[in-house]
Amino acid sequence: MLSSQIKSNEIVFGSCNKDLLEEIIFYGIGLGADFVEIFIENTDNSSVLAEEDFITSVSPSFGKGAGIRIFKEKKDGFVSTNDLTKHGLMRSVTQAIEMLDIVDNKKREVFNGLNKHRDYSSYKKKWINEVPSIHEISEKLLVSTKSLKKNNKIITRKGSYSRNLQEVIIASSDGTYVSDIRLHQTVGLNVIASDAQYRSSGSRRFGSSGMPNEFRLWDHEKAANEVFESSMNMLYADYVEAGQMPVVLANKFGGVIFHEACGHLLETTQIERGTTPFENKLNEKIAHESVTAIDEGISEGSFGSLSVDDEGMEPEKSVLIKDGILKKFISDRAGELRTGHKRTGSGRRQNYSFAAASRMRNTYIAKGEHSKEDLINSISDGLYCKSMGGGSVGATGQFNFAVEEGYLIKNGKLTNPVKGATLIGEAKEVMPKISMCGNDLELAPGFCGSISGSVNVTVGQPHIKVDSITVGGR
Amino acid sequence: MNSKEITTQISEAAASLNLKKWDYGASFSNDYSVQVDKGEAKQLKASQKQILTIRVWNESNLVGITTTSDISESGIKKALNQANIASDFGNKNERTEFSPLAKDPIEVKDSKKRNPVGIKKLLTLLREAEVKLLESHASIKSVPYNGLSESFYERVYANSDGAFRSYTKSQAALYLYSRAEEKNKKPRSSGSVKIGYGVEDIDIESCIKDASSKTISHLNYSSIKTDKYSICFSPESFLTIINAFSSMFNARSILDGVSLSNKNSIGEKLSTEALNIYDDGLHEKNISSSPFDGEGTPTKRLCLINKGRLENFIHSESTARIFKTTPTGHAGLGSKVSVSPDWIVVEKSEVNSDLKSSLDHSTYEGEFVYIEELNAIHAGVRASQGSFSLPFDGWLYKNGKKISIESATVAGDIKYLLKNIVNIESNQELTTSGISPHIWVDKLSITGDA
Repeated sequence: MLSSQIKSNEIVFGSCNKDLLEEIIFYGIGLGADFVEIFIENTDNSSVLAEEDFITSVSPSFGKGAGIRIFKEKKDGFVSTNDLTKHGLMRSVTQAIEMLDIVDNKKREVFNGLNKHRDYSSYKKKWINEVPSIHEISEKLLVSTKSLKKNNKIITRKGSYSRNLQEVIIASSDGTYVSDIRLHQTVGLNVIASDAQYRSSGSRRFGSSGMPNEFRLWDHEKAANEVFESSMNMLYADYVEAGQMPVVLANKFGGVIFHEACGHLLETTQIERGTTPFENKLNEKIAHESVTAIDEGISEGSFGSLSVDDEGMEPEKSVLIKDGILKKFISDRAGELRTGHKRTGSGRRQNYSFAAASRMRNTYIAKGEHSKEDLINSISDGLYCKSMGGGSVGATGQFNFAVEEGYLIKNGKLTNPVKGATLIGEAKEVMPKISMCGNDLELAPGFCGSISGSVNVTVGQPHIKVDSITVGGR
Repeated sequence: MNSKEITTQISEAAASLNLKKWDYGASFSNDYSVQVDKGEAKQLKASQKQILTIRVWNESNLVGITTTSDISESGIKKALNQANIASDFGNKNERTEFSPLAKDPIEVKDSKKRNPVGIKKLLTLLREAEVKLLESHASIKSVPYNGLSESFYERVYANSDGAFRSYTKSQAALYLYSRAEEKNKKPRSSGSVKIGYGVEDIDIESCIKDASSKTISHLNYSSIKTDKYSICFSPESFLTIINAFSSMFNARSILDGVSLSNKNSIGEKLSTEALNIYDDGLHEKNISSSPFDGEGTPTKRLCLINKGRLENFIHSESTARIFKTTPTGHAGLGSKVSVSPDWIVVEKSEVNSDLKSSLDHSTYEGEFVYIEELNAIHAGVRASQGSFSLPFDGWLYKNGKKISIESATVAGDIKYLLKNIVNIESNQELTTSGISPHIWVDKLSITGDA
């Protein structure tokens, strides 16, 4: 077989694949599908780990694959494969059709071919040559971990970097035909401090999308100082005493609570499952009037930003809550089909092996008018959560979050550091208690794991005050 | 290509690139799963996946690695090339070698591999299960999280020294998480997971019954007063805690400075003499058992805690060499080889006279908190510090009655917890992550609403 014949029968990145994609979509529609979507991906990733003063791990990876999704009425069948040949893709369509048991193909949807190609990747192709080399990354990580060695109480120092370059082609029977390249870089620093029986840890993570130079510009010294100071502040901290109390949550990663406790409940996947208390609350008050919350995918360089979502729609800025009133849900194609909420450019997936779902992007509480000091001064006995760890939300909306770095507030002043605190509550009850928002909104990158895998997101908020919340401790 | 052909392909490609020393691990799988929503199919999924991880050693004997899903001839060559480039950054301070046990005989058991039942059968079974669960109690309004899946996979390890191992398996899983609602009460949710070699091995009726009874048992709930309580850990929750702090037994974690143990900790008294803990990846009840690890080392049963004392660490090839012992079959292939436990078995040792045998969760009439399931492990465990603060599902037993706890966390320290085990019940129970009896611990902090 001639190589040119092979090329025409498989997806080739960087080439026009329109004829082949149309043929596969025609095939699916011809078999009775209401809708056919093809998501094709090519990845080139690497990660580097520095421990103490050595590079201990360099891990490149690459791969390719396709996810084929077929809708019939409100059901969908999803097949993923590493086989990007025409035969492989056709076989996946057939498998999806068979799974859905589509036999009545009299009522056929019409496919008029793919629209004009929307190419978001053209100016991004140079990125792969602009990102730092492994050598450059290693050098900077080693300088960073060296910066963490500020006294002999620091017993473990780590710096990690990862870069994901994802090239995608998205085509579907509504005519969508899109190409894009996504670049995400993230770098983190971690320490463990120890002195006799005392132990503490500190960590910070930074990340960006679509900015090949970002790692070069990263202020590692500032980051190292933050991580070091956090670990030292917490080294001799006592355990917090449990109870109900007012808390001030710091800006940046403090927004993880809104993301986990409320943001997920505003995804249409939760409406589909019947697991959100906000399902029938559109245009009703669900939060304190000081709260306006936004989810968007358009802030330049933010970790959750994207030119186009994984279903080929450009992301919009969605005001979820305006002055305490619920205004919008985060929706994808299946969400629109099953719940009626319009798509918001939020159909996202970890990779080709997941079907897209409604997922957050850059999600934050908008800034208010108060200073951080205003918030702290308003509390006579409470907790300041300077740095949050991870958390989770249960199936009935209860959430819990670990406080990585906390301080007691006494008579409007920050006092002793405390460890072991966990914030516990339910979004429905806590949202009306966010009574003050600061004027210092900042965002922080993170990874969100959910139904369609792990995706890059940004969380954020200004400093906020919650009038009363359960603080778990000892 | 089958695994033998891939090995040949890698060998030939390595020779053409003048790479003399290499190894690889691979996984090839076909997975099928279904989800339903009130009797209707919601999402049906099938996936075919292949993952290949190749390591090469350069002339300075430094290792580089690459992972790919592209197992075409060009993909394999590219992977070898990338791994070779990465080897320039290989760790000079901790060298990696082939496992000395990579060619030792492995314990070959009947894999009990089942045939696929197909997506339509999966859908029919799950629909029926959902209906039965919804009909089991008037308060159960939905089954928001459900799924039935079957997987068929092959794992391979081979190296340039002639080692070649592979095995094929099948596995099926059913999960049903139902949600109950009653007027003027908060919704409550609980569920059950069952796994088997194939769908026909899964006790679907038992999964429905467990999910229903667990969910209903949480309908009458109350907040709990923040205080210290006697705790009874269910087998599942105790295994969750042990796995969360398994860095105590992990040589890799010790070398990385993130373990509570150190090189000299073997023999240290951690708990009551009545406690034995094993890691037993080949246990006959372990459906996910693998006869070898990521470096090709045979899996084996290893005693971690013997009569309350730390007995062994789990190792990879390199940690074993540093600790002057042999690999234990717990390695995961990677640029930095990881080490993790397989399947934990907790049991009462023969030295158990100091236990308070009157503490039995099914008969004890005093006050205690029963922890059924621990949540949010990733967020609430500080393994390097030994502390935990975790939300849980459970009940407060008081005056012979039990009432579901509305929302609470349990907090403590793993060393304190192990030292304060006051009873190990006699009956061991099988869970998806191991085997354990109920374990009683004297006084841990519970934070509730009140």
